[in-house]
Amino acid sequence: MFELIVLVPALPLASFLAITALGRRLGSQGAAWVACASTGIAAVISTVVAVEFIGDPPDQGFFAFEVWEWLRVGGLRAPFALHLDALSVIMTSVVTGVGFLIHLYSAEFMAGEEGYSRFFSWLNLFVGFMLVLVLAGNFVVLYLGWEGVGLCSYLLIGFWYRNPANGAAARKAFIVTRIGDVAMALGLLLIFTDLGTLDIREAMNRSAGVWPVGSDRAVAAAALLLAGAAGKSAQIPLQVWLPDAMAGPTPVSALIHAATMVTAGVYLVARTHWLFVLAPDILLVVATLGSVTMLAAGLSACVQTDIKRTLAYSTISQLGYMFLALGVGAWSAGVFHFMTHAFFKALLFLAAGAVILATQHEHDMRKLGGLARQMPFVFVTFLAGAASLAALPVLTAGFYSKDMILAGAWAAPEASRWFLGAALAGAFVTSFYSFRMVFLTFLGPARMRPHKLPGFAVGVPLGALALLSLGAGLIEIPHSLGHVSLFSSFLADALPYPPAVVPAKVELALQATATGLALAGLAAAWVVYVGFPWAAEWHATMRPLHWVHGLLRNGWGFDAVYDRVLVRPFVAATSFNRNDLIDSVFEGVGRGVAVLHVAAALTQTGRVRWYAALLAIGVIALLAVLVLP
Amino acid sequence: MSFSFPLPEHALLLAALLFAMGLAGLLARRNIVFVLMSLEVMLNAAGLALVASGHKWAQADGQVLFIVLLAVAGCEAAVGLGLVMRIHRRSRTVDSDSLDSLKG
Repeated sequence: MFELIVLVPALPLASFLAITALGRRLGSQGAAWVACASTGIAAVISTVVAVEFIGDPPDQGFFAFEVWEWLRVGGLRAPFALHLDALSVIMTSVVTGVGFLIHLYSAEFMAGEEGYSRFFSWLNLFVGFMLVLVLAGNFVVLYLGWEGVGLCSYLLIGFWYRNPANGAAARKAFIVTRIGDVAMALGLLLIFTDLGTLDIREAMNRSAGVWPVGSDRAVAAAALLLAGAAGKSAQIPLQVWLPDAMAGPTPVSALIHAATMVTAGVYLVARTHWLFVLAPDILLVVATLGSVTMLAAGLSACVQTDIKRTLAYSTISQLGYMFLALGVGAWSAGVFHFMTHAFFKALLFLAAGAVILATQHEHDMRKLGGLARQMPFVFVTFLAGAASLAALPVLTAGFYSKDMILAGAWAAPEASRWFLGAALAGAFVTSFYSFRMVFLTFLGPARMRPHKLPGFAVGVPLGALALLSLGAGLIEIPHSLGHVSLFSSFLADALPYPPAVVPAKVELALQATATGLALAGLAAAWVVYVGFPWAAEWHATMRPLHWVHGLLRNGWGFDAVYDRVLVRPFVAATSFNRNDLIDSVFEGVGRGVAVLHVAAALTQTGRVRWYAALLAIGVIALLAVLVLP
Repeated sequence: MSFSFPLPEHALLLAALLFAMGLAGLLARRNIVFVLMSLEVMLNAAGLALVASGHKWAQADGQVLFIVLLAVAGCEAAVGLGLVMRIHRRSRTVDSDSLDSLKG
């Protein structure tokens, strides 16, 4: 039964091959059908497997399965192994489910675009690699998926390749994440040298025996894996690629740069959490990175004018929340927030995409406005997503996942109040920018008439994701509101750390504070952008604030610093070495031979008497050498 | 008066003189026919040196080699003159200096 899981990554990959090979013959409609069908069937299979897994869990809580032997060199054995446990069941279901909805959405969104079937083949390839990544039972297979999704991200960001800026954004994403990937590869090598295996479960089982808590090797391995995770999940200092990645088509932003690929880092940390437990310092770094990223990106999101860039900074910020949860040891809270975030952020992107499509690719929120009347369905779904992102109480999924993180931060053994404070501050900021988006785009005076309302293929994913954004939280309800713990008890086998137990009074206090802050954010956004619209313009142009605005809008100037410190010296070095210093050695040899050739050719006069004379002289000289003492 | 055979040294001296004259002719003449004739002189100088050496050590090898050398000289003359005929027919000249189409 569980063997069926192998079909889940295989179907999208097969569909990728089919569309690539038969693209012309299938036609664009055919390609969309094949792509949607393969992802849809994969989603059905993963649901069936998930239901089976929940109903009748395998022994020890996981099902390992070797598809074939891939590598065997000396002591290294890397089979193509799949590993199905609660964590990968959740990841697989979300990836295939959200993936299918976004495929469906793309069929309408991308209609009429040049390269329609190319788009679907790459989207399928991405889903296939993402599933390989989350199902991998072996670090080598995981790395294959990891690099594969990076490649697809690159290809899809640069999908509209005729604009050079998109190509530059794609290269930036590829190179920045590659920096993290190199560190991660080093981490995997360290794990192999010390633990002698690349099987994930085996390596995690051995790690505690080989490495004492806090030992240098454990810290190094965890730090290297964290660098890889930070690159993929756009955490400071490797976050700079994500806002630029919005150059890709909106469904790509929704699928890759919000719901799935960017959470691969969260998945990696959760998957190897035994290793991080051995390195408490690194765990503290994870939490610190997460909180700093969350606040910095959240503040940046408050001043963006491009709706997609706002969402991109919001994604970075929410990923920071997940890292914060992982860092304080609230593993299941991090994974829960991944799931709810996948729903509401994909929804927000897709709804924003519907707006963008209707207004002929207008991204600037200042030029949008008043769309609530004209596009009520999109408005309602966007509102559902924004409410979930802002964690408005009781009704939304985001409330439950964020509450779990807050409880985790409160109960953290390190008991760092800073993390709790950061999480609460983040709640206010998140709510502010979420509703800023809603108010700027959908309320206020109408500045634009939508020329195209979303059809069936766009509407269905929006509706489904809106329901999930609101309802998905009901599987994990805190004690104070009725205590349902389906999610955390399901994850208990894979992440054997129970969710934080918090006294009822504290829990209520946390919920009340978070709710209060979320409502305060909502109110502040209302005051600034609806009540007194001139206030926004005033504080954007006022002298000292003007400077702060610029800094925030440019993402705290990371790009400028990297440009000065890294990019420009590198470009200068390469232009200095344009003709390749090492090449000049070999070219010198060639030039010397050419000179010798000219000299030798001069002796070739074509005059026989000269040859005879030189021959005679040569013979005389030889005889002289032989005869004379 | 008895005939006294010249000393081998004298014969070698004569051979060297003949060789030098042949070489000088070879280098000085531009007409290929004369160049070939100079080559014959040089060959015969070498033959004289062989005969004289054979006499000195009382060995038959010198004479044997001279007969071989006569055959080689005959071949060389035949081939060389044939080539000169071809060259003349082709380029209307037997001047070796103007035949420099193999210049590098």
